[in-house]
Amino acid sequence: MQGLVPTATDGNMATEFHNLQELRHSASLANKVFIQRDYSEGTTCKFQTKFPSELESRIERTLFEDTVKTLNNYYAEAEKIGGQSYLEGCLACATAYLIFLCMETRYEKVLKKIAKYIQEQNEKIYAPRGLLITDPIERGMRVIEISIYEDRGSSGSSSGSSSVSGSTAR
Amino acid sequence: MMKNCEYQQIDPRALSVSPSSAQNHLEKKEQRPRRKWEVFPGKNRFFCDGRIMLARQSGVLPLTLGLIVVTCGLFFAFDCPFLVEHLTIFIPVIGGMLFVFVVISLLRTSFTDPGILPRATPDEAADIEKQIDTSGSSTYRPPPRTKEILINQQVVKLKYCFTCKMFRPPRTSHCSLCDNCVERFDHHCPWVGNCVGKRNYRFFYSFIISLSFLTSFIFGCVITHITLRSQVVKSLVQAIQESPASVVELVICFFSIWSILGLSGFHTYLVASNLTTNEDIKGSWSSKRGAEESGNPYSYNSIITNCCVTLCGPMPPSLIDRRGFLPPDEAIPAASASEIELPLFAAKNDTHMCTQSTKDVLERMVNSSDFHGLCPPCTPKTTPLGPEVFSTPAPSSEPSPSTGCSQQHDRQPVAAPCPVFSRSSKRDSLHSINPAFRLASPSPSLSRASLILGDAPDIGFIPLS
Repeated sequence: MQGLVPTATDGNMATEFHNLQELRHSASLANKVFIQRDYSEGTTCKFQTKFPSELESRIERTLFEDTVKTLNNYYAEAEKIGGQSYLEGCLACATAYLIFLCMETRYEKVLKKIAKYIQEQNEKIYAPRGLLITDPIERGMRVIEISIYEDRGSSGSSSGSSSVSGSTAR
Repeated sequence: MMKNCEYQQIDPRALSVSPSSAQNHLEKKEQRPRRKWEVFPGKNRFFCDGRIMLARQSGVLPLTLGLIVVTCGLFFAFDCPFLVEHLTIFIPVIGGMLFVFVVISLLRTSFTDPGILPRATPDEAADIEKQIDTSGSSTYRPPPRTKEILINQQVVKLKYCFTCKMFRPPRTSHCSLCDNCVERFDHHCPWVGNCVGKRNYRFFYSFIISLSFLTSFIFGCVITHITLRSQVVKSLVQAIQESPASVVELVICFFSIWSILGLSGFHTYLVASNLTTNEDIKGSWSSKRGAEESGNPYSYNSIITNCCVTLCGPMPPSLIDRRGFLPPDEAIPAASASEIELPLFAAKNDTHMCTQSTKDVLERMVNSSDFHGLCPPCTPKTTPLGPEVFSTPAPSSEPSPSTGCSQQHDRQPVAAPCPVFSRSSKRDSLHSINPAFRLASPSPSLSRASLILGDAPDIGFIPLS
């Protein structure tokens, strides 16, 4: 697999598209699945782990649930209220919030980790199955958007083989 | 260069944009890459290339700043020399520190994104519409689009926002003045010229608390000054004549102190019970039982925890990414156009920054097919591809948001900012329900006129306090 070209922050999609291009020359978007937020525990960021029916033929349930659970854990870590966040808050207040101009908040650090994780998941698991996860931050943290790509014409057979090789490589 | 190689690899049938038009786009992009704030659909103004944002109506922010600066200026110029001489040097020092803190908090409140939620992409909106259709009755749309969920074993209703085309997360409200959904919406404050929401509530709170201290401090110092001076000259009238600026400061401080102290007290109560002004005014939780804590599902049932979470909690990032660049068309596969910016990019030609809507998306497809005039092989494949993907939203939503946008301008005289500092904002919000009732009409499509009645309670979210 070619190394991915890191593009601008909103270029996650572009990066993954380059990746897909290498796998299938004529991939086209067939459908999109949206994983909604789970508000049962309040306004903290958490996504539903319910397995959407459109993905049943594309990916194993456990893989999908693992991805969503890991993402939920990352977000819980970002929004965790505890000693460190209070310290950050009090320090910010004491400096009249000017410290936010030079310091990266913990939330932003975790968001970077999430972006990397999603990229890695796309590379290893989702792209070989013709799927693409969009980072929720690009959708206002409302949904996890999973794009389903279909092969066109002759590359249908290659999609079968590549998904097999993808699962064995796993 | 790499991009050129990829264009040859890519099957042109798979893309809606032809290579030659993509190159046009590339040239265009190289000439002037556009940032997302330039196509932002809400009513906000951006400065410093997207770093600073304000509501379109800056309200009385200049007045607020002016009052603070003038009062402090008079204080430092006329009262401090006397007080330094007779009391202590710390008076201007403390005054200076408070003044700096107040101004910084005010500017941060005004210029920070309050927690605006970006509008749903067309695909998302289509997906939600599909879900609503399948779950509700198929003959007609159920009037109020609400979804009930359980939060901490309590039933909470989520409302559908017709402008932003999504179900609002809990505690989110749509501000008609800014035309945005704002997370943990507190109120739209004309004094700071911005909404107060999740991301800038702590700045707002610091502002009003420090302003309370500042006005009390100046008030106390001025009284001390006049008292001491009148002891020196043995006559109150003469003391006042010698220092007329002090009277001006007294008057300003006296009138502000009541409102600001009242507001500080009110917001301290809100912080301690983890409520927003919006929820408190609507009485969302108090109808359950006597004590708000048991009714409010977001409260941690401990005053200290509530305070810490609201004021010292983690700072969430801005979701609208104002300074990000608009993605170039060629990077987007097929006719997905899932990025919020693309339909808006085309819609900008309409001289209207509207929410993305099916109309905008279809317009974009038309524009794309104009580009395809340059490359005939692409045309037959792509134009059918467009309606294919957007067949779901096409019948469901009409080009209402564009009319919605033009009607938004009509909203402005209706939703005039009300004074902040009064509980009579309750009355105002009830008032706002009626004029705001008209606000419901632009967002839904014209065919959904029957739904407007159902949307009226939807609009209570704008306490113009």
